[in-house]
Amino acid sequence: MVTAEQVWEALAEIPDPEIPVISLVDLGVIRSVDVSGEQVRVEFTPTFLGCPALEMMRDAMAERIAALGAEPEVRVITDDSWSTDRITPEGREKLRATGFAPPTPRANGGPQLVQLQSNAFRCPYCGSRDTALENIFGPTPCRSVRYCRSCRQPFEQFKTI
Amino acid sequence: MNAQRLLEFADDELILGWRNSEWTGIAPMLEEDVAFSSIAQNEIGHARALYELAARELGTTADELAFDRSPDEYRCSKLVQVRLVPDWARTIARHVVYERADQARLEALRGSDDAELAGLAAKIDREEAYHRMHAQMWAERLADEPRFSEALAELEPLVDARDEHLPELGELWEEMTMVRRSLAGATW
Repeated sequence: MVTAEQVWEALAEIPDPEIPVISLVDLGVIRSVDVSGEQVRVEFTPTFLGCPALEMMRDAMAERIAALGAEPEVRVITDDSWSTDRITPEGREKLRATGFAPPTPRANGGPQLVQLQSNAFRCPYCGSRDTALENIFGPTPCRSVRYCRSCRQPFEQFKTI
Repeated sequence: MNAQRLLEFADDELILGWRNSEWTGIAPMLEEDVAFSSIAQNEIGHARALYELAARELGTTADELAFDRSPDEYRCSKLVQVRLVPDWARTIARHVVYERADQARLEALRGSDDAELAGLAAKIDREEAYHRMHAQMWAERLADEPRFSEALAELEPLVDARDEHLPELGELWEEMTMVRRSLAGATW
């Protein structure tokens, strides 16, 4: 019989479809794993509600669980339990190492424009804080685009939500 | 919350999402092309989650609510129905007016007795914070432009107008439901 630990290990091998360096477990989107006999129930939250990879992630999780010989039930939860603060320290380091600046901690009341225009953001390549907001939006809903004035390199900033 | 109010919210987000996506590829700057496409994607994602809640109450599906009603059954505000391409000043004015009204609506819903709805509203609000910052940035930039103030004055009264529809909504509906109507049982 499959254990919850085995399920977590299997889920940790599923890459985020849009940022494949990081896994679903690193992202912190898997809220719970419940094993009951042959049945495995997983609850997960989308990062952004308009995420086009939602079905893909759900199918990938169901496939991995079925491969362990269990019967999967994957539920999408659209409550407020996910924030970028849930991304694990390992996940943050993986993001940074591939040129995505990890999200800054969420302040009370959420992010403000004045903060986005401040020097609170570090370039993932050279570490400088001399970076400017280029665009609040980027190639996927979870990213903004910034520019590092020190190493003259544009980079993607994971939005804090 | 009753299904009719959920539908008002979902219809607003769906139709505004489509309207925003009309800038994809033709916005005046590449940054805004990306911004409006991304905002459109978020709004349609919110619409889906809201339709799913309403669908459970009404015993139907999100897709049926989004695409199988006739245009006059939609409950969206006139504000989101107007086709504004290629008028950038009015597009930004709508963005500002909508985000302000949406913020008030989300604040009220976050306090709802219905825990599921309150949770969804809080999640939507995390994303909307970025739409509001984007709207704020543009409102500051265009503050002294007469075309922008005129557009605000023109569009503000449309927020609560839901009972009559503009002919433009029918045209958008034709486009939006074309694939679904052409294929029996088609899903998105």
